[in-house]
Amino acid sequence: MTRFVATTVASFLLYLFLTTASGAVGLWSLEELALGVLLALIVAALTRDVLKGDWVRLLSPRRCALLVIYLVGPFFWAMAKANLDVAYRVITGRIKPGIVRISPKLTNDASITLLANSITLTPGTLSVEVEEKTNDLYVHWINVDESVLAQTPRDYTLICGGFPEWARRIAG
Amino acid sequence: MLDIITYVLIGIGLFFNLMAGVGLLRFPDFYTRLHAGTKCTTFGSIFLIGAVVLQSVAAWIDGGWGSPDSVLALHAAIALAAILVTNPTGAHAIARAGHRSGIKPVQAVVDDLEDAKFND
Repeated sequence: MTRFVATTVASFLLYLFLTTASGAVGLWSLEELALGVLLALIVAALTRDVLKGDWVRLLSPRRCALLVIYLVGPFFWAMAKANLDVAYRVITGRIKPGIVRISPKLTNDASITLLANSITLTPGTLSVEVEEKTNDLYVHWINVDESVLAQTPRDYTLICGGFPEWARRIAG
Repeated sequence: MLDIITYVLIGIGLFFNLMAGVGLLRFPDFYTRLHAGTKCTTFGSIFLIGAVVLQSVAAWIDGGWGSPDSVLALHAAIALAAILVTNPTGAHAIARAGHRSGIKPVQAVVDDLEDAKFND
């Protein structure tokens, strides 16, 4: 039930964002609001069997606030730094690619998804495959640091910094 | 002032999108090209869409609460959120499919995934 309501509210909010400036009730017309509620209910009913699991707990205000702080703070900073690095590699052509296995020891799907997307969006690293049993990630790294190769499991601080801790705090 | 900030944002965005294009031509193999093609474009798009949002929010404030400029501001912001979610997801799918079809990283110094396949 909570899942159904959460999906309905999310769909309705998205519909509101997409139909602003249509009338005089706030920013919307009555017809758009009515159609929005109807469509949101239909979407929630259709996706009932798809959106399974305990993802509703991710909607807690604390987790959402942490996610926003993470996105505008450490994540954006890492993305900016790493993009300049890749721009440098594009121009000079100095690359040393390889696929490295890291074990961030995350326990659920939401946090591993968040981590994999973070790794992919920060340039220089690209998630290729996930080991379903252990939640280990295989990461394609455009400029492998040889010091990491000396030991297994690999030290992931050079690849994704503090991202696993953030993923654990936000979605763990 | 607003226009200058917009031009700076567009300039940064274009630079990174240009780097993505150059990277596609310069990098040697599938994976490194995927790096350039998916991620520099995301970062570039953040700045380009930032410029659009900035201009349209300014127009929204000028035009009053019910002004149609709100449509542009909100749609652009939603487009950015969609890019941020779908771009890495698509990149994962392409990279995974590539490795499963047997494409090896060129000049690779290490390939843990290939080793893992042999150990299984």
